[in-house]
Amino acid sequence: MKVALFGASKGMGRAVARLLAERGDTLCLLGRDRADLERSAADLSVRGAAGTVGIVDCDLLEPGSFVPALDAAVMALGGLDAVVVTAGLFATQDALERDAALRARLLAADFTNTVLFCELAREQLMAAGGAKRLCVFSSVAGDRARKPVILYGAAKAGLSHYLSGLDYKFHADGLRTILVKPGFVKTGMTAGLPVPPFAGEPESVAARVVRALDRGTPVVYAPGIWRWVMQIICLLPRAVMRRIAF
Amino acid sequence: MNAPLTTGSVQPEPPPTELVGWGNHPRAVGRQRLSEDLERITDGAALTRGLGRSYGDASLPVAGSRPVAGSPLADRVLSFDRQRGIVRAEAGVTLMRLNRLSLPRGWFTPVTPGTHWVTLGGMVAADVHGKNHHVAGTFGEHVRALRMRLADGRIVEIDEASEAQLFRATLGGMGLTGHVLEVEFAMQPVTTPWIWQESEQVPNFDRALERLEAAGRDWPFTVLWSDLLIGEPHLGRGLLMKGRWATADEAPAQVPPWRAAPTLPFPLPSWALQTWMLGIGNRLNYWKHGAAVRRGIEHPETCFYPLDVIRQWNGVYGRRGFTQYQCVLPGPHTHPRHRRFLQTLRARRADVFLCVIKDCGPAGRGLLSFPFPGVSYALDLPIGPYTQAVVDALNDVVVEEGGRIYLAKDALTRADHYRAMEGERLRNFTAVRDVWDPQRRLKSALSVRLLGDVA
Repeated sequence: MKVALFGASKGMGRAVARLLAERGDTLCLLGRDRADLERSAADLSVRGAAGTVGIVDCDLLEPGSFVPALDAAVMALGGLDAVVVTAGLFATQDALERDAALRARLLAADFTNTVLFCELAREQLMAAGGAKRLCVFSSVAGDRARKPVILYGAAKAGLSHYLSGLDYKFHADGLRTILVKPGFVKTGMTAGLPVPPFAGEPESVAARVVRALDRGTPVVYAPGIWRWVMQIICLLPRAVMRRIAF
Repeated sequence: MNAPLTTGSVQPEPPPTELVGWGNHPRAVGRQRLSEDLERITDGAALTRGLGRSYGDASLPVAGSRPVAGSPLADRVLSFDRQRGIVRAEAGVTLMRLNRLSLPRGWFTPVTPGTHWVTLGGMVAADVHGKNHHVAGTFGEHVRALRMRLADGRIVEIDEASEAQLFRATLGGMGLTGHVLEVEFAMQPVTTPWIWQESEQVPNFDRALERLEAAGRDWPFTVLWSDLLIGEPHLGRGLLMKGRWATADEAPAQVPPWRAAPTLPFPLPSWALQTWMLGIGNRLNYWKHGAAVRRGIEHPETCFYPLDVIRQWNGVYGRRGFTQYQCVLPGPHTHPRHRRFLQTLRARRADVFLCVIKDCGPAGRGLLSFPFPGVSYALDLPIGPYTQAVVDALNDVVVEEGGRIYLAKDALTRADHYRAMEGERLRNFTAVRDVWDPQRRLKSALSVRLLGDVA
């Protein structure tokens, strides 16, 4: 499979890229920090990625970089079967309430720009026809508003909404949209946060995501138990949501 | 603000959390930065810690000091020369990853400790040794180059030729000479990815040491599991294990299957594991083996990492925690000092839950590297009211007999004992720190306890 990955030098994206590399897929990495991407490309090559792992400049905060980046990725891969988007920004609710600039950046990155990127990726994927895959990391935080993740959750809710729509509209055309909703996963992004029950490891999340990528599963909770955790949270009455800190 | 913008989080210093070593004793509170970007988080950090697999306080911060950097997310392999077996990787990569990557390609780490849940940086910092110490030396002997962040913030690439003293001080230097960012080392070629192993009963302590040394002449991997809870005349009886890489006609054709180990879900209560249970367990283990020599093909991870079949197995000791006391006493193994060491343990009625004995080969180049020619004893002791007294008594023997202890395991040794053991070596190490870190920006709970750093 020829896969372009946006944000795969860290966290869950890194773990997904490694599994794809280990089975010999052809990979191209999109990201902001070229030196960092080169180190990830080396890691993936050692693990078995086919050919040369491509590197393309792309910044989630610069939508102007998306078109050239996707073109360059298709060129480097010699085609395109799947796009995996794990790029995103996280900050605590406290930090976002304090800092208006950070707030604007996070909302732009996690909703507007991610959607803009996905639109372009979808066009690229569908241009060639055939069974193509767009796999995007949203979050369980988008399933229901909760006090610690209001702004982040709002952006992810919008993203989840958009991705569900893509699945409804383009499934018949062969596009498989894979909406990934990670629960709490121990990565650099969540470092320093209190670890809740059911926290997952990036490696096991990646295994689920790669299976979903192959099967074209429209919605993936990872770890899987978060599907049930979120169903319960979605059933809680307003009075409870106002009281609990979770 | 130079926050990561594509993937990652925008966060101030992490909140203080409780940090422990593998023995769950002592416990420390400190801030630990975690990120894939080890270069960034080591800037201004007091220490880098890996997976916290040192048993005592080697990876623990000093109360109220600057944060420590956690390396495990910095885990990329940067190059792997399949012809020569030269690997360069970020310091946080685990040995498990490296092994599973290299074994199918015909290479294995030149030296492995008894767990694969260690980071490459930690292997350098502790200058780890393994079952092949008598032939391969410590891990540091196979390290070719290091990329480090020094105490003054500079990032440098060093090797034996460019900065001999700093390089040697870093091998076994417990992270106190600088933050190890990348490690380049040479792997060992293997004939197949499987182990040919033989094991046999040894009836008592003297016979065990004798057989261990004899086995080392023919086998690259040897180790002795020993029962120190049983009384005379059986004291020190156990099982001798000998291994080598299997030849192509002995080994299965396929690569060993990599299994995910289950995790002990929560720590057991402190009373769950009692000495009498271990006494029975030791007997069962000994008798189950049988008097005949057992031989056959073994999975490499079963051979090298028998305890890794359950993650977080240290939880069986409960909240009280445990310490592993490891020392090396000079050879020859027939010298009465080895008996004396054993008798000290017996006299103190020490609860030795596990004892592993290994003969060591020549000392390495690390200034504070642990092994030297003689016999190494590793003893798991649950923390209790008498544990400190046991460690003190053992250290008296070690000082008098010219031995030394292993810092990666230690939690309870006193500074005066340590200075008496190390003398000249400690002065050399301190001299290197005086050059590269005169203000002691880098420190750990261990360096405060043993090296005289100010808290």
